[in-house]
Amino acid sequence: MTIAADDFEYVRVLVRTKAGIVIEPGKEYMVDARLGPIVRREKLESIAALVARLRTNIADPLHRQVVEAMTTNETSFFRDLHPFEALRKTVLPALCAKRAAGKSLSIWCGASSTGQEPYTIAMTLREFLPAIDEWSLSFIATDLSSEMVARSKAGAYNQIEVNRGLPATLMVKYFEKQGLGWQIKEPLRRMIDFREMNLTKPWPTFPKFDIVFMRNVLIYFDVDTKKEIFRRLRSVLKPDGYLFLGGAETTMGLDDAFERAPIEKSGCYVMKQAAANAA
Amino acid sequence: MKVLVIDDSRAMRMILKTTLRELGHEVSEASNGQEGLDVLKSSGPFALALVDWNIPLVNGYEFVCKVRADPAYAAMKMVMVTTEVETSQVAKALGAGANEYVMKPFTKDILRDKIEMLAAA
Repeated sequence: MTIAADDFEYVRVLVRTKAGIVIEPGKEYMVDARLGPIVRREKLESIAALVARLRTNIADPLHRQVVEAMTTNETSFFRDLHPFEALRKTVLPALCAKRAAGKSLSIWCGASSTGQEPYTIAMTLREFLPAIDEWSLSFIATDLSSEMVARSKAGAYNQIEVNRGLPATLMVKYFEKQGLGWQIKEPLRRMIDFREMNLTKPWPTFPKFDIVFMRNVLIYFDVDTKKEIFRRLRSVLKPDGYLFLGGAETTMGLDDAFERAPIEKSGCYVMKQAAANAA
Repeated sequence: MKVLVIDDSRAMRMILKTTLRELGHEVSEASNGQEGLDVLKSSGPFALALVDWNIPLVNGYEFVCKVRADPAYAAMKMVMVTTEVETSQVAKALGAGANEYVMKPFTKDILRDKIEMLAAA
């Protein structure tokens, strides 16, 4: 399947408008790969037929499916490992000591995809702090896609997904076999409030967060959108909170209020002292 | 890293060997648990052993138990690579001293991630 230039442009504009995500020229192969399953599911003849249907019916729910297909990213349990090592060894010890009196923690995972990242955070947290149920925990995980939110809530994964990156000790502890797949056990699922959210639209009223994971999503946005998201992140992150970005992402040149935390390879940022005082 | 692969399937040994070599490891192999124990004695020490559960003579679970009973191999990490995917089986292997578990089928990425995870632990 190969996409025609004007159809590619239509999809580019659609995804840019609805999700604020930029698909660079040259990514035609990606659009082909992502839209192919929709073409087959809808029993259409080609991507051209799919785009023709989008053009002729602006209210068609297919628009949403196309946007979601173009914005779903690869993920796995303990992806990149380092951020979760940083969480376990540095961030949680520091935060839990500071918050011990009030026993309160708040976490936001801002592009939770199929749920592996928030569940990884939840497992790491529970392993570090077995008494977490005695704390007041606000743990929100959001994604643009309603389908991803539904999958995350179900917490059901196939064998390949569970095989990848997940330590066997944690699999035994937090998963149960369901037919050919595996499901996250209820106590872990209950920890997380999964919601649909578009980062480029106005944000809902959030609590102030101790930890924000916003990994591998900003790379898709243009510079102005990135700046705006960092500005908003400053307003929802506690002055002594921690922001985790993906390995290829940085605040440098986009927001001077943040600086890299001295934790190797973690992609962890904190607010500079002056910015934190002003917050 | 020196790695010992124990599997009675020649095809599986070949897949593991090729994958591990691509990842930069030095690989020895055995086709059953007893041969695995012999290779440990003759060519050890190994940093890591990848062991199938259902192998002849000494099965994978027994292999893990025997190795863990010998302090000489305390530093060697062991990964069960197997089609046995019930939670109780995984728990049994871990309880016996296996460090990790990889379910067949697996991909190169899965194997690499597990080995990196063990190296970081």
